[in-house]
Amino acid sequence: MSKLKVAFQLNDKDVALSVDPNDTLLDVLRGQLNLTGTKKGCGKGECGACTVILDGEAVNACLIPIMKVMGRSVQTIEGIGDEKNLHPLQEAFIDKGAIQCGYCTPGMIMSSKALLDKTKSPTQSEIREAIAGNICRCTGYVKIEEAVQAAAEKMRDS
Amino acid sequence: MLKDYLLPASVDEALQNLQAYSGKAAIIAGGTDIMVNMAEGKVSPEALIDISRIGEFKQIEEEGEFIKLGAGVTHTQAARSPLIREKALVLAQACREVGSLQIRNVGTLVGNVVSAQPAADAAVALVALEAIAEIADLQGKREEPVEELYAGIGACKVDCRSQLVTALRFKALSPNQGSAFKRLAKRKALALPMLNVAVVLSLKEGAFEWVRIVMAPVGPGPVRATASENILAGASVSPEIIEKAAAAAREQAAPRDSALRGSAAYRRDVLKVLVRRALQDAVSQAGGSL
Repeated sequence: MSKLKVAFQLNDKDVALSVDPNDTLLDVLRGQLNLTGTKKGCGKGECGACTVILDGEAVNACLIPIMKVMGRSVQTIEGIGDEKNLHPLQEAFIDKGAIQCGYCTPGMIMSSKALLDKTKSPTQSEIREAIAGNICRCTGYVKIEEAVQAAAEKMRDS
Repeated sequence: MLKDYLLPASVDEALQNLQAYSGKAAIIAGGTDIMVNMAEGKVSPEALIDISRIGEFKQIEEEGEFIKLGAGVTHTQAARSPLIREKALVLAQACREVGSLQIRNVGTLVGNVVSAQPAADAAVALVALEAIAEIADLQGKREEPVEELYAGIGACKVDCRSQLVTALRFKALSPNQGSAFKRLAKRKALALPMLNVAVVLSLKEGAFEWVRIVMAPVGPGPVRATASENILAGASVSPEIIEKAAAAAREQAAPRDSALRGSAAYRRDVLKVLVRRALQDAVSQAGGSL
């Protein structure tokens, strides 16, 4: 298998890797870099579980060939907070009970973060548009919407 | 299997890359279609030629009376563009309906056209705008109406082994003109359109100067509701004539019974409603009263 070189920013750090061009960004994050916070659901852009932020926009990592991120900036769930310093969205998802099985959560949070990075006071319809590409099969969307609203408030206050 | 991934910086370089692989490479823009097709084994190119780094492809510009969209313009870009919202609202509305935000953030309008699905939302709006595609190959450039690029379901006349669609161009709408997009789907995101309708019209002294109505999926590509267009052209604006035109669209359309998109009978009935609503919205945008 021929390998290609790719360099990009991942969670604010430069990375340079030798990759199989057939791999997606999702394959490399999970398989090569062991960043398994980003989940693989459908693998064809229909569930949003693999959502990451690419140059400020939410994208499905399963549809991005790894070479497409050359020179660009990728943010994953691992880059926004950790157990000791949770991101306001992570705190709000816990506080509002917006997590059950948790499989959709990293994608939901990255879609929500892409929204809140640009829109400090989102309306209900803006939140719904931002997470419409993320499917949750257990919590339901009401609590998730509340959590995004609560996180937005917290981020405005801080 | 892919052996290489190319990121050309210019149209010429991309065309040369295509030639060098003589049919064994594929173009990738947003990748939302080709990545799924590759994963399913429907296509297996030796190389991908990624056109997203070609600077001029990212532009939305006004050129005289035209609006020009580069081949890299995404659905999100078009949906949010103040220029398109003001002078081609039908396209902004259609782009907002495609897939999900993640898909719209990367998927391009040109990709929507060349993938040639029968009810591709952006392409349906582009046909109503009488958009022209600019196509380049190593011999030069040519232009072709988007409406004439369909060669069957999922088949586009652009030869992707040697040609590249570089831009789309259509006339900006003036204040006496209006447009609207309507859609029926099972849910508001990530759902195939069961029906979509795009209308672009021009009013003059209380009458329809001309009207373009496009409906899908009722054929292999977007279909012009010519009977409805003819009823309206030259007629005074009234609720009755709009009702008559909507009914004519219902008669002209021949949707199939589809497990995915609903029965033909149901869709024909809803089509009439969508055509009526789109006409009403477009008339009021054009300053007409009903």
